[in-house]
Amino acid sequence: MLIDHAAAARQNKQKHTLVALVENKPGVLNRVASLFRRRNYNIDSLAVGTTDDPAVSRMTIVVDASKTSAALVESNLYKLVNVIDVQDLTNVPAVIREMALIKVRTNDAQQRGEIKQIADMYKSDVVDLSKDSIILEVTGDETKIDAMLNVLSEYGIMEVVRTGRIAMGRGATRMAQKHEATEVSVVPFDNAVVGQNGHGRHT
Amino acid sequence: MKLTGAQILWESLIQQGVEVVFGYPGGAILPTYDALYDYRDRVHHVLVRHEENAALAADGYARASGKVGVCMATSGPGATNLVTGLANAMMDSSPVVAITGQVASHLVGSDAFQETDVTGVTLPVTKHNYLVMSVNEIAQVVAEAFYIARSGRPGPVLIDICKDAQQKSTEYTPVTSVRLRGYRAIKPMRRQDMPALLRAAAELIDNAKRPIILAGQGIKHGKAHEELCEFVNKTGIPVATTLLGIGVISEDHPLNLRMMGMHGEAYVNQAIANADLLIALGMRFDDRVTGNLSQYAKNARVIHVDIDAAEINKNVPADVGIVGSVKDVLRDLIPLVAKRTHDNWMAQINEWRMDTQMHDVMNQPLPDNLLLAPQVIRAIWEATGGNCTITTDVGQHQMWETQYFQHTRRNQLLTSGGLGTMGFAVPAAIGARFARPNEEIWAIAGDGGFQMSIPELATIRQEGLNIKMAIINNNYLGMVRQWQELMHDRRYSATQMWTPDFQKLAEAYGILGLRATTLDETREIIAKARAHDGPVVCEFVVENETNVFPMVMPGKALNEMVRRQPAALGTGFETVK
Ligand SMILES: Cc1ncc(C[n+]2csc(CCOP(=O)(O)OP(=O)(O)O)c2C)c(N)n1
Ligand SMILES: [Mg+2]
Repeated sequence: MLIDHAAAARQNKQKHTLVALVENKPGVLNRVASLFRRRNYNIDSLAVGTTDDPAVSRMTIVVDASKTSAALVESNLYKLVNVIDVQDLTNVPAVIREMALIKVRTNDAQQRGEIKQIADMYKSDVVDLSKDSIILEVTGDETKIDAMLNVLSEYGIMEVVRTGRIAMGRGATRMAQKHEATEVSVVPFDNAVVGQNGHGRHT
Repeated sequence: MKLTGAQILWESLIQQGVEVVFGYPGGAILPTYDALYDYRDRVHHVLVRHEENAALAADGYARASGKVGVCMATSGPGATNLVTGLANAMMDSSPVVAITGQVASHLVGSDAFQETDVTGVTLPVTKHNYLVMSVNEIAQVVAEAFYIARSGRPGPVLIDICKDAQQKSTEYTPVTSVRLRGYRAIKPMRRQDMPALLRAAAELIDNAKRPIILAGQGIKHGKAHEELCEFVNKTGIPVATTLLGIGVISEDHPLNLRMMGMHGEAYVNQAIANADLLIALGMRFDDRVTGNLSQYAKNARVIHVDIDAAEINKNVPADVGIVGSVKDVLRDLIPLVAKRTHDNWMAQINEWRMDTQMHDVMNQPLPDNLLLAPQVIRAIWEATGGNCTITTDVGQHQMWETQYFQHTRRNQLLTSGGLGTMGFAVPAAIGARFARPNEEIWAIAGDGGFQMSIPELATIRQEGLNIKMAIINNNYLGMVRQWQELMHDRRYSATQMWTPDFQKLAEAYGILGLRATTLDETREIIAKARAHDGPVVCEFVVENETNVFPMVMPGKALNEMVRRQPAALGTGFETVK
């Protein structure tokens, strides 16, 4: 059971995709952001959105684990009272996607045709067209989007927005809503029990 | 039954077993104080003289009682004054609930008079916090706050309650349980892992030749004193404690080597540096404990047990990391380990211990006209027979307390560890006074730290609290001066301190003031102070450039510590053993 530190270190030297289910309450995003800032964690991206449960939001967080131990990020996230569950999807089968909108400068018909061809190759859609520009919408993993941006850069990219990763484990797994049932009795408060170790002589 | 939010708050506090609250009123918390008037027979309110001390007193109360300490303040400046105390509780995992008033809910966000974003300000220094905007949430939130504060790894929780929520009325039903979707006191380990981890730990323990236990405050929080003792006695493994771990096992236990770290005795750190196995129980490898991490216990395997999963592998990678209550883990582990002794290893440690003692100047006669701080600490120990609760401030006197007072009672020493908060000793003693009504209590502070707490003499007088205060007066911010001496070429920048006439000062508060400048006088005034039925301020005028040794210089390895030097006057003093 002993940890192979070298292996652990190797495994850590990569980007980790963490998914957190959080309570949909005011200030929760602030708590998560504050944790990252305070602990000096290196975050590549953070995407937040709603889920099927209106009381729960879902965050996908990409951590640069060459600088930060992903396990520690996970444990610290878990400690936040409004975080329901955290999962590291890095080494499990998962669907990982990012979306981008890319605005490219173009004002002649031939260029526009080329760009449309490139868009098709990357299975992306033209979602806006003006006299001098075109906006493409693309979905995929980062490497695909990076590659597309690289190709388009020749034409003059005006604006880019990327959502950051969103991720979901494959198969019939579901992130545990494990705390739903945990009910803890808080009274009567047992003073006798808390005080019991007191301050007497050691036995 | 319809009650106001303020009444519901008091009902809920009483239901949680709260008997004493340390606080300071103001506009936004006024409805709560108005309701307190009717609850004053059931909850004792202590009016401190500065909100920081309300939080520190609540922390001291929590440390001394094992229960949740409660402090209260108004919005804006009242709440921001709590911050240091909350940070102190956070660093040392003290269960504290802080209640603050907030401007009326319709004014939140408008920069209203005395409005501060208190949940924002206290976010990083609390385990959790709440902004309560509606009277309907109060009972629920109080129950949750107490549960969060005292469960798992304890910590401070703040409840910021809008003024109108305190004023409005609603039907009150006591809350008897909480259901927190996102909170578990202990992060569960995969169940199948536990037996294997325990077996792996037992195997490491049975095969170790130079093992050492590093015991921290988790033992105290987990009430695992007996399990620790049983584990030590069965395995024959010596124990070193952290600063906050002092008092989890008696310092007269033959296997208790005492405190480790920056100002631990040399032989303790040598033992750690040479160990082949560290068994860390409820401690977090603070940098004051490890010294230079890359040099730390290089040849040791590590078993780390902590209730907080985020502590495992944070500073020191664990070969076996177990997340759990140290009491449960030890209970499971004890039957798995072999009964044995470590004669060779202990012989080696004792050799180092002898060497440590040779560095002392125990036999060197000290001039009669000089009083050394360690002598004062020793005199208090001798006079009380060690039967008292000690609170300390932060600085040289704090480290000398750890070195020259032998702690044989449980949870005897209350001191600010992680935050190192000057101004802790006096308010913590106020808190402890309520938690331990029959105990003799000594608050030991430096001249610097005591001057941060002077206003609380009025609280002590008003409440009639029997607290013995010892000021170790070296007319310096001694610990900083020591660093300046050792690392900044004796450039004493802003560390010299003028001090008032403490005797007169005490008298102005109607408190007995005493002063000693020699060892004889020291013994005399300690006896007088103990005989006096009430608070006493004792000033001990000590040699003012004495340094605390041994010392691990910043960035150095544990075993590279600067030892006591027999030649330097007053820098060595026999340890208790
Ligand atoms: C609130 C606060 N401010 C500053 C410090 C930094 N500091 C640590 S020890 C120390 C000197 C304390 O002086 P004194 O209370 O006289 O105790 P001594 O070291 O002389 O025993 C200072 C200023 C601190 N720990 N806490
Ligand atoms: Mg001083």
